[in-house]
Amino acid sequence: MKTLLQGNYAVAEAVRLSRVQFVAAYPITPQTPIYERLSDYELEGKLKGVMMRTESEHSAMAACISAALTGVRTFTATASQGIALMHEMLHFASGNRVPVVMCNVNRVVAIPWAFGSDQSDSLSQRDTGWMQFYCEDAQEAVDTVIQAYKIAEQVFFPVMVCIDGFFTSHFLEPIDIPEQEMVDRFLPPPDIPNRFDIKNPAYVGNVVSPEQYMVFRQKSFEDMEKARGVIKRVDDEYREIFGRGYGYLEAVDTEGADVVLATSGAMTSTARVAVQSLKDKGYDVGLLKLRTFRPFPTKEIQEALKGVKKLAVLDRNISIGKEGIWCQELKAALYPLKERPTITNYIAGICGADVSPEMIEEMVINTLKREDAPELPVWVRRDQ
Amino acid sequence: MMLKEELEREYMRSGHMGCPGCGVATTLRLVLKVLGERTIVVIIPGCHAVISANYPNSVLKVPCFHSAFEIAAPTAAGISNALKIRGEEGINVLAVAGDGGTFDIGLQSLSGAADRNEDFIYLCLDNEAYMNTGIQSSSSTPEKVWTMTTPGGRKGRKKNLMQIIAGHRMPYAATVTMGKPLDLMEKIEKAKNIRGTKFIHALVPCPTGWRMAENLSAKSAMLAVESKLFPLYELIDGINFRITHEPQGIPVKEYIKIQGRYRHFTDSDVEALQKQVDEEWERLVEKAKSCI
Repeated sequence: MKTLLQGNYAVAEAVRLSRVQFVAAYPITPQTPIYERLSDYELEGKLKGVMMRTESEHSAMAACISAALTGVRTFTATASQGIALMHEMLHFASGNRVPVVMCNVNRVVAIPWAFGSDQSDSLSQRDTGWMQFYCEDAQEAVDTVIQAYKIAEQVFFPVMVCIDGFFTSHFLEPIDIPEQEMVDRFLPPPDIPNRFDIKNPAYVGNVVSPEQYMVFRQKSFEDMEKARGVIKRVDDEYREIFGRGYGYLEAVDTEGADVVLATSGAMTSTARVAVQSLKDKGYDVGLLKLRTFRPFPTKEIQEALKGVKKLAVLDRNISIGKEGIWCQELKAALYPLKERPTITNYIAGICGADVSPEMIEEMVINTLKREDAPELPVWVRRDQ
Repeated sequence: MMLKEELEREYMRSGHMGCPGCGVATTLRLVLKVLGERTIVVIIPGCHAVISANYPNSVLKVPCFHSAFEIAAPTAAGISNALKIRGEEGINVLAVAGDGGTFDIGLQSLSGAADRNEDFIYLCLDNEAYMNTGIQSSSSTPEKVWTMTTPGGRKGRKKNLMQIIAGHRMPYAATVTMGKPLDLMEKIEKAKNIRGTKFIHALVPCPTGWRMAENLSAKSAMLAVESKLFPLYELIDGINFRITHEPQGIPVKEYIKIQGRYRHFTDSDVEALQKQVDEEWERLVEKAKSCI
C-alpha cells in the first residue's frame, strides 16, 4: 500500500526500517524534517538506541564515526553549509572505513545565501572517499537508504544518499513504505565489529609513514573497486524482494540514438517528460539517468552511449573555472572510446531555479543542431 | 587512599616518544593507573597523540582512537553511547586533549557534549601552548609569556576555563597536576565512579616549551600549586568548590624563575603576576567558603 509522504519523512521511515541504533544530527534547512521525524520516532519508541542532538554537523559526523567504530549502525542527515562544515569528518569517516549512512539534501552553498536545490554541496565532496548515490524521487531515496546499509556494512565505506532540496525533500509523493518484516529479511541486524575491544586492545588511527599511508590509500582504492560488485548484487537482491531496483544508472533507448540527454536527481523526472515529447515529435532521443557518482560507473556509461553522436549533459551544479561536474566526469569516462559523442553541457536549475520540460526539449534540439560542442557550458535560465 | 595495586600497575608501556621530562607522559600514566584496563582512550592531535603511537606500535595497553583535533568530546560521547547500545557496562571512556584542543579549537564540541552530560572523562593536558607544533601561543598561554608566535610576550591573560566549565554544571570537575600525584589519582578515582561528563584540568609541565631543565617538571608542577598559581580543587555540579590542597604560599617568583619562557619578566611584571595570583586565590577561597 502506498502512503502519501514528504521525501524527508520517507527517508526517516527508511532509517527506522533499517533499525538504526545511533543517530547524531543537527538542524539545517532543508534536511531538518528528517531529524524532527526521527526525534518523534525516538519518543514513540519506534527508534531504539541513542539520538544525539549535537551542537554542529561536524560533531554529528564525529560521533557517528566513533559510534560506528564501536560497532553500531549509525545515521545522520545534512545539507549545504552543514556538509561543508563536515568536510574534514567526511575524509575521516572513509579513512576509518566506517559504514555510516548519511542523507544529504542538496542545497546551494552560500554565498549568496539561498536555499534551493543544487548538487554542488555534495558533488564537491567527491574526493572524500564516500560512496554517493543521487535519487530521482522519494521512493528511490527510501530504497537507496535501505540498500546503503547493506552495501556499507559489507564494504566498509560510508554512503551518502542525495536528494534534491525542496523538490524531493518536501514534495508529497505516494510512496511504497516496505514492511518491516521484508526489510529485516533483506537487511540483517547490525553485525559491525567493535574496534575498541578491551579484551583485545588495539590502536585505531595511528600515525604512519609515507609508504604505509600509500598502502592504506591503495587498499581503499582497491576496495572501492571491489565494492562495485556489491552495489550491483545488493540492488539485484532488493529488486527481487521489493520489485524495485535502480542500477548504477538507467539508460533509456540510448544505444545508437542521435542524441542522448544525461541527467541526475529530481530533474530526471522532468527530463522523462521532455524526452517522451521529443519522441512523439519524431526525434531519436535517449535518456541517461546517472545515479551512482562514487564509485563512478565508467564502463556502464561507455556501454550505454555506444554509437551515440551527441550528448547533452544537464548539470544542477557548477565547478567555477571548468564546467558542470557530471559533464566533466562523463567526458573523462568517454575519452578512452575511439568513437565518442560531442558533448554540450547545460547548466540549469541552479538553486532550484525552474527547469521546464520545454526548456529541456530546447536543450536537446540545440544539441542536435550543433556541429561542434561549445567550449564553455551553456547557461539556461527561464528569464533569458 | 590509593590501593598499592593501583599505584604499581601500568597501562603505559615504556618507549613513549615524548621529550625527556615530559609532563604529558607522566600525567597520562598516572591517570591510566587509576582507570585500569576497562578503559577506552580517545586522543586527538597534540603531544599525547604523537608520543603514544607510531604504526604499528602503541605505548598504551588499552584500546585507543586517535581522533581529530576539535572533537575529543563528541568522539568520546559516540563511543560511550555505542557501548550503552551494545550493553557493555563499566567501561571508562577517557577523552584526552591538550590546551589547544580544549581552550581553543575543541571548546565548542566540549560544550556540546557537556551540555548533554555525555558519559566520559575529559582530561585536558594543559601545557599552556601548542607544544606539539613547536610552542605557539594558545588562549591558555599566560600573559606576557614567550612563545614562538608571541616573541614579545602574549597579550591578554590565560583563559579562565574552569569558569566556563562551571557554566555547564558538570557533575564533577577538578584541577590536578603531576606535582601532587596522589591528589590527582584520588580525583580520577572519583570521576571514574560518577556518571555524566567529568572534566579534569591538568597543568602539565613541558620542559621544551617552558624553556626549563628536563629534571624540573615535577618541581615546577609542585611550585605552581604551592604558590597558589594553580590551586587544586574540585567543582561539583558547577556550583560547589572544594579546595583539596592548602598551598604553602611560596612566592610565585620561585615558580617562574626556573622557566625560560618568563626570562624577560621585570620585577614589576613579577609583582603584577603575584597580585593576580593572590586575588584569584582569594576569590577561590570565597567561593569554597560559601559552598556546602
